[in-house]
Amino acid sequence: MTELDYIVPSQTAEPGRFLQQMLVIRKFEQQVEERYRDGEIPGFVHLAIGQEAVAVGACAALSPRDVITSTHRSHAHALAKGSSARAVMAELYGKLEGCSRGRGGSMHLYDVERGNLGSSAVVGGALGIATGAALAFSMRSEPRVALAFFGDGATASGLFHESMNMAQLWRLPAVFLCENNRWAESTPLAQHSPISDLTQRAQAFGMTSLEVDGQDVEAVYRATAEALAHARSGAGPVFLLAETYRLAPHNVGDQQEYRDKAEYELTRATEDPIEKLRERLALPDERFAELEREAELVVADAVEFARRGTDPDPATLLEDVYAD
Amino acid sequence: MPTSTTTRFSYREAVRDAMSQAMRRDADVFIMGQDIAEHGGSQKVTLGMLEEFGPGRVRNSPISEMALTGAGIGAAMLGMRPIVEIMYEDFLTLAMEQLVNHAAKERYMSGGQLKVPLTVRTQGGAGWSSGAQHGQQTEGWFVGVPGLKVVYPSTPRDARGLLWSSIYDDNCVVFFEHVQLYNQREELPEEIEPIPLGKARIVRIGTDVTVVAIGPLVHEALAAAEQAEQEGISVEVIDPRTLQPLDEEAILESVRKTSRCVVAHEAVRRMGIGAEMAAVIQEKAFDWLDAPIERVGARFTPLPFAPGLEQASVPRREQVYAAIKRTVGSR
Repeated sequence: MTELDYIVPSQTAEPGRFLQQMLVIRKFEQQVEERYRDGEIPGFVHLAIGQEAVAVGACAALSPRDVITSTHRSHAHALAKGSSARAVMAELYGKLEGCSRGRGGSMHLYDVERGNLGSSAVVGGALGIATGAALAFSMRSEPRVALAFFGDGATASGLFHESMNMAQLWRLPAVFLCENNRWAESTPLAQHSPISDLTQRAQAFGMTSLEVDGQDVEAVYRATAEALAHARSGAGPVFLLAETYRLAPHNVGDQQEYRDKAEYELTRATEDPIEKLRERLALPDERFAELEREAELVVADAVEFARRGTDPDPATLLEDVYAD
Repeated sequence: MPTSTTTRFSYREAVRDAMSQAMRRDADVFIMGQDIAEHGGSQKVTLGMLEEFGPGRVRNSPISEMALTGAGIGAAMLGMRPIVEIMYEDFLTLAMEQLVNHAAKERYMSGGQLKVPLTVRTQGGAGWSSGAQHGQQTEGWFVGVPGLKVVYPSTPRDARGLLWSSIYDDNCVVFFEHVQLYNQREELPEEIEPIPLGKARIVRIGTDVTVVAIGPLVHEALAAAEQAEQEGISVEVIDPRTLQPLDEEAILESVRKTSRCVVAHEAVRRMGIGAEMAAVIQEKAFDWLDAPIERVGARFTPLPFAPGLEQASVPRREQVYAAIKRTVGSR
């Protein structure tokens, strides 16, 4: 298996592939943390450890012509939508070979060819863009869907409400996929939302909503497929709520002094989407270790690729400020 | 040469004609905004377009400037050429996050993968006691954003030709119209005459003083120039028309000829676009200057309601004339 085709959204429910893909993302994120701590990666990074099943399950259900928008916690989405680990890692290193040519960084991963319209680091900031992409599909009668990833924190933003309202009003082919990881940075859901059931947000607009266990990759796949079918049929957008867990700090370096240690350790022990799938597949330890090693090789290759990458030439600084 | 038939267009009709001709030619062009369908928009710029193009391409939107702009960006990223109408430029503040963080940056952040061919039309301006939230001039807030283009036409011909070019530009263009200019009239041919973005227009030729003016101040500057002419002062008036990118060379060429310059806009003088123009002139034509550059702009207040206060706040021909006299007085 070559690095480049390791993660290709399959549009089929293949739990074995899901496991491989989640492992690549997990190892990728763990390696990013180490390389960041070693000072190799500039800026700051938000890891999706714990949320791999949402990215993998949802992106596997998308057709290659569907598009996504992502968030500041973007690595898993980019990898699951098919960007190569090399290109994503090189972007984190600020290299020309990166998926945004070193202009974006961890929070701005793009891969337009593979349908990743990019990650916005303004919370909820890409929801209008996803709505507009869906509007374009609708106006052109193209059977494509725009899927927006965002977190529970974004549901308090004005743009979330404006976009949901507009998308439902115009019956646009969009899926609003809310990853409720229960934390808006350091603020727990109860401190930023007056309701605990976030599907009630969708009810305000008369929008169809679905809820899924975000730690169960197969369930995420099935729920996303259902949401996509609804949106693609012309019946309007879907609010898809994935209940998930952030099994990592907000960003590398966050001490999580706001989070109960016992709860955190218990959640890590009981809500790991990879462990859950491993159990369900009843995978022998030997086979699992083999998959882990494969994933580590993919990531190690990506790190080496990124380290060997080209620093963008300062003479190109002004390129692409404007399209010609 | 075949004689081309001309029609008398108002500034309002010129804006509408650019949109309608683009929409006839190209299915990817459409417009959305508040009250733009049956109502024809708050200033009636889109009147009749619903009947011609239908509700799918003349989309009445909820009062959601942020999502409206975001949707415009998203559709543009997918290859459409949307026009978003923001009812008053004051309300651009509600769309500013999307314009500044997204429309302006998507191309750069994506390393050149994306284009955002979005045109955001808006209007405003003083002179009718619209108060502090329906008449301020905000173009100066957008010219400092790398990735955005900013256009501000002062005549029907420029409005039509520049809007056409804005729609077909592959970048996000914020297009400012002035409420007091909508009834300006000009004979125009039926065919669109595209005007390239970033090219200034010499409105009046003169030799003693250059007045660089935008929007309604172009007309005020022309009136001031006529008055000065009677006193033997020859005034050149230049309208940059596009503020970002700014046609620096046209301005500098004129100042090198006249050695005196007045910059004039209706937006507040302090920190206004005129300050940037003055800085460019002193950086690149210092040795040609015979007098300090004069700046004309609104007083540093919110736009007041009472007619007398409003008049005292925004500059008109008298202020331009006085500035011309001051700069010549340093002869």
